[in-house]
Amino acid sequence: MARRGGAPEVSAGSMADIAFLLLIFFLVTTTIETDAGLDRMLPPKEPPTDEEIILKKKNIFTVQIGKDGQLLVEEDLLDIKKLREKAVAFLDNGGAVKGDPNYCDYCEGERSPESSDNPIKAVISLKNDRETKYSVYITVQNELVAAYNELRNRTAKKLGYNMSFTEMEAAYADQETPDETKEKLKVRIKKIQDLYPQKLSEAETSTN
Amino acid sequence: MSKFKKKKDGELPPVSTASLPDIVFMLLFFFMTVTVMKDSEPMVANELPNATELKKLEKKDRVVYIFVGQPTEKYQNAFGKEPKIQLNDKFANVSEVGDYVLEEIAKKPQEVQSSITTALKVDKNANMGIIMDIKEELRKVNALKVNYTTYDGDAFKNLQ
Repeated sequence: MARRGGAPEVSAGSMADIAFLLLIFFLVTTTIETDAGLDRMLPPKEPPTDEEIILKKKNIFTVQIGKDGQLLVEEDLLDIKKLREKAVAFLDNGGAVKGDPNYCDYCEGERSPESSDNPIKAVISLKNDRETKYSVYITVQNELVAAYNELRNRTAKKLGYNMSFTEMEAAYADQETPDETKEKLKVRIKKIQDLYPQKLSEAETSTN
Repeated sequence: MSKFKKKKDGELPPVSTASLPDIVFMLLFFFMTVTVMKDSEPMVANELPNATELKKLEKKDRVVYIFVGQPTEKYQNAFGKEPKIQLNDKFANVSEVGDYVLEEIAKKPQEVQSSITTALKVDKNANMGIIMDIKEELRKVNALKVNYTTYDGDAFKNLQ
């Protein structure tokens, strides 16, 4: 009765089902995420030096974060939402008078003699308490970086580049960007960074 | 007449599903290649804060991860509720961070060892004290490039 000739063909009808099963498994376990965050450089640990670098007080913008998340900026309480504006005003002040070697010819600030001389001289000093919440700290960091980016983007526009500074940085970090473009971007990024260097100091925090 | 009728009568032929496995396999291979299995299960709560000025951590092979946060419920009995540091898949003290980072850097290929970023994945409810200690440790071992990993979002949402 049974036919002898050859093995019966295996049905491939359920192939799709099996493949679907695997597909769904990989769909569920896949995480196509690239992490992103705020890049920071820590200050290198140097042997203590005798000579102290003397900065003019007006060139330092102090930001202190208290343990309850309140902000003390230049010794005054400040709403965190105004921090960016205030930082931009400080960095872009350009207080040095014409003829001074520190005169800033690209600043658009108020040129108040009480505030920073030149973006190159301006330093932001950030201090926090041990009990400060991390989320507040990140918000402050974000606002300060945003202040720098705002100025840098403005400069990029003024210099007539067709990309903003943040776009150029992103393109520079991207692996797909061709090398020759990267070289060009590097020069431009460097140029803007020299005009508005990011001097964000997190000195050893004072112990209460 | 009858000729016309015959044509009208003809129904749509069923769509062939013979190529369905091929399509599915194609998708399957795509997901198989892009899948990255998580190698360590997070043992700490890890709800990151939001920020807007993000930079992508492009090269995954040049990153060392450090997790900080409150231990998850499973571990709270043994380790308490204070934020802890997680390195790979165990809890660690602050003093072990430096050694861990050096060890991880040594595992990477020679040519990328000088450009390692330390990604700090810190829960937003942690205190700065522990972060400051970690930063101090990182400075000691000269791993100065850090990235505070965050989500993309309005930074003021952190304050709520």
